[in-house]
Amino acid sequence: MLRIDRTTVINTIKSMIIETTKTLDKSVEDRLEFAYDNEQNPLAKSVLSKIIENQEIARKENIPLCQDTGVVVCFIEIGRDLVFDYDLTDAINEGVSKGYIDGYLRKSIVKHPLNRVNTLDNTPAVIHYDFIPGSQLIIHLAPKGGGSENMSALKMFSPADGKESIIQFVLDTIKNAGGRPCPPIIVGIGIGGNFEHVAYLAKKAIFRHIDDEANVEEDRLLEVELLEKINKLDVGPMGLGGDTTALAVKVNSAPCHIASLPVAINLQCHSARKKEVILFGKKY
Amino acid sequence: MERNIKTPLNDAVRLSLEVGDDVLISGTIYTARDAAHEKLVAALNSNEELPFDLKNQIIYYVGPTPAKPNQAIGSCGPTSSYRMDKFSPSLMEKGLKTMIGKGERSETMIQEIKKQQGVYLIAIGGIGALLSKTVRSSEIIAYPELGAEAVRKLEVENFPAIVAIDSKGHSIFK
Repeated sequence: MLRIDRTTVINTIKSMIIETTKTLDKSVEDRLEFAYDNEQNPLAKSVLSKIIENQEIARKENIPLCQDTGVVVCFIEIGRDLVFDYDLTDAINEGVSKGYIDGYLRKSIVKHPLNRVNTLDNTPAVIHYDFIPGSQLIIHLAPKGGGSENMSALKMFSPADGKESIIQFVLDTIKNAGGRPCPPIIVGIGIGGNFEHVAYLAKKAIFRHIDDEANVEEDRLLEVELLEKINKLDVGPMGLGGDTTALAVKVNSAPCHIASLPVAINLQCHSARKKEVILFGKKY
Repeated sequence: MERNIKTPLNDAVRLSLEVGDDVLISGTIYTARDAAHEKLVAALNSNEELPFDLKNQIIYYVGPTPAKPNQAIGSCGPTSSYRMDKFSPSLMEKGLKTMIGKGERSETMIQEIKKQQGVYLIAIGGIGALLSKTVRSSEIIAYPELGAEAVRKLEVENFPAIVAIDSKGHSIFK
């Protein structure tokens, strides 16, 4: 039997949250630098330079990059050889609670969408579980901001609507969102599955490495075409115009019903904070 | 070219601001976002006194992260302004002239700003660490039960913003 103890999970989640709210992954920083170098619009360039300067201040002075330290979203891959004698969801939420309280992060979760009473420790997290071979516990974690989440969209198309309708839906959504999701954005797109699965696909898409490309050829071609078209919309950083509206487009697809063509768009702001940690099962 | 402006903005300064102008704000500004706006407007509707006089003041849409012991404030960038569109006209009728947030506002709001000769400024979203360096002090003056959404009185020095809707109703957004 292989185990990962509860304290390790709690402490891992806590430190992932504290680190990721203050430092972006190098690959995202590189994309922003690249965008800055290539931006032609002077106002857009000045906005990008402030975004880059903010990263330096956050890192140097240990201040969260953004005041919206988000709702914690986790994709957890559980090795089939692992055994848990505790509630993993509870342990993750305990890590979230400790991370937000000890890390001086904003508590942005309310208990009920209508009564709106704050839970005071940013719990609960939104957690998705999956099983994998072996004895590792792989944690993908992102504190997801509310501004970009609010500008996300889902639509159930008919199969005959096809690729052109998907492209138009994505462009309309991003144009209408303007500066609100804090562009330059990362665009996560789900195609297929059904109503709830397509939203899951779109969320999973923004968790992909910013430099990767889709495994499926149709998805990969759509990523390339969409990125080019989105960056011609002239939305620009913070909606003030410019060549840099999106840093990346990620498309994830899944099989679907003969009657359906579900499409979901999940937007990620430029403060694309996320982290991955692998924990290894031990014999006890 | 950046323009230094001091709060509260007098009519002459406010009316001279034009879309696209870069400004550096110094002086007192008040914070309020969704929940505080709801409370402020509810107070107005029941003829209760507001926690601060809105006349010629600036409201900044922000919910900061908690300050560490040695800090005036935590990360403090703007939140999206469109969610306040429902409430702002009531506050503007009571003398509020200037708002700081991020992103587009409704057409109704643009007309309201023009009518009241107000101004809407935007700060860059997602740069809360940088903006926190311009805040000298922060004090909760109302609704402490709202946590990050409580109303704070901030003293800022050279807080950078861009004029997004001016008193003539011109908007920076296409």
